[in-house]
Amino acid sequence: MLGDDALVLSHRLAEWAGHAPVLEEDVALANIALDLLGQARALLSLAGDEDELAFLREERQFRNIQLVEQPNGDFARTIARQLYFSVAQELRFTALAGDDDCPRPIRELAAKAVKETAYHRDHATEWTLRLGDGTEESHRRMRRGTETMWRFTGELFTPVPGLALDDGALRESWHTQVAAVLAEATLPVPELPDGDAWTAGGGRDGIHTEPFGRMLAEMQHLHRSHPGASW
Amino acid sequence: MTTAPPSVEERDQGPADLQRAFDEAVAAEERIEPRDWMPDAYRATLVRQIAQHAHSEIIGMQPEANWITRAPSLRRKAILIAKVQDEAGHGLYLYSAAETLGVSRDELLDKLHAGRQRYSSIFNYPTLTWADMGAIGWLVDGAAITNQVPLCRCSYGPYARAMVRICKEESFHQRQGYELLLALSRGTEAQHAMAQDAVNRWWWPSLMMFGPPDDESSHSAQSMEWKIKRHSNDELRQRFVDICVPQAESLGLTLPDPDLRWNEERGRHDFGAIDWEEFKQILKGNGPCNEQRITQRRRAHEEGAWVREAAAAYAAKRAARHGAATTHHNHQDEHRAQHAHDGEARG
Repeated sequence: MLGDDALVLSHRLAEWAGHAPVLEEDVALANIALDLLGQARALLSLAGDEDELAFLREERQFRNIQLVEQPNGDFARTIARQLYFSVAQELRFTALAGDDDCPRPIRELAAKAVKETAYHRDHATEWTLRLGDGTEESHRRMRRGTETMWRFTGELFTPVPGLALDDGALRESWHTQVAAVLAEATLPVPELPDGDAWTAGGGRDGIHTEPFGRMLAEMQHLHRSHPGASW
Repeated sequence: MTTAPPSVEERDQGPADLQRAFDEAVAAEERIEPRDWMPDAYRATLVRQIAQHAHSEIIGMQPEANWITRAPSLRRKAILIAKVQDEAGHGLYLYSAAETLGVSRDELLDKLHAGRQRYSSIFNYPTLTWADMGAIGWLVDGAAITNQVPLCRCSYGPYARAMVRICKEESFHQRQGYELLLALSRGTEAQHAMAQDAVNRWWWPSLMMFGPPDDESSHSAQSMEWKIKRHSNDELRQRFVDICVPQAESLGLTLPDPDLRWNEERGRHDFGAIDWEEFKQILKGNGPCNEQRITQRRRAHEEGAWVREAAAAYAAKRAARHGAATTHHNHQDEHRAQHAHDGEARG
């Protein structure tokens, strides 16, 4: 599940390569995509063969949250998605890294990933501030981005089987932290997502949004065209 | 005026003395640095060449980024993302090197977008299959390295230093490309055919990367005299062919040139004639992807304008708020705020 989150978001971020607003962002977004792909590979390898899991499962078998599969949209939308995800990921990895009951491979992985994630959170925070408190247009776009992505934050802390985490407490910290960033960025905080509402998504149950199937078609096409080949 | 005042020595020297000092420094293999006097034509040549080099790095992201979302394994995908990221980084080093000559990155990008500065002809070819990622690594990066290693000793210091860093990363990419092709060549029949087809399409365009033949190269003689360039186009092209032939053999792939053979007498390979008409067409903008590449580049820039404006506006607001909040002048903080503002406004 966490592996799928990282895999899918990495794919979306890598779609920015060569399209970013400034060269520095081409570097930064590729860098984040690469970190996430590294996390995905480590996590998927714990569950089986990374390539089999990435390229040969169908849409209904993917367990990523719907937030990470959302199309990039404009830069503000990408940043809103990144802010929501990386704050959550940092909180969860921090908790896992310090949890003695957590299986050791995951604990070690979390300890490494939390450093990368802090950088991702920082990057998203900085851009949220610049866009929210930049020009009128950037404010409008950032506000739209944070509102559009908000509906997918309901499932950020649905319990992950096998990991004993206090998801309620994590959600609360997440909300406090995100609200503080939005406030500093002069942006309103959308309503607290309701875990039971349809808007919360069903990604963890393999229920995805429509763009996800097309994303997988592109991602898996070549691998599936050459069954059994190695690359 | 923001230019540095002339040093004591420069004030006492006339133009002829400055020219002589420059010539002597170049002859003695000393590095020319940004504050040194240099002939206007030397400066202009470097700006042109470094800008074109920087543009090639960022346009060169496109043909490879084209396959990131379809990479057939997670390992290959990671390698490809890292490579495209490196290219953006190389673009940044090179624009910085160009800026030491008194031009700005924005100015150079505007010229690229307006079609007034060039980028390498090679990136106007399409990447049609996954194997193209290997062929680009092996042949295109290989040709780039052959061209660029001598630039590590280029007479202009900032350019030479940028090239040292770039060449290290490029040779890593080149090995990865070779290894990718090797995996395909030793793979299934379909994979082998894919690799051969890619090499067939990229071989001749890679040879064109060395530029026109020596007798038609307009800038070569002067650049060699200034020690910007160390070897002629044809010499570098010959070196590249001699390197590639045994590599192709060990890859189990052929090079698409019926005239390619070892010449015992010269101790080098003879090879067939290059289609210079195709090269000219591409330089004129009539290659398969010229239009697409520049359009995508322009679109990314235009669509990103509001982001750059936001960053500049935010930095200005922060600097203003900071200024209003401090009663005493804190020189260091002010400097830091100004620095942040400059960085973001430029970005």
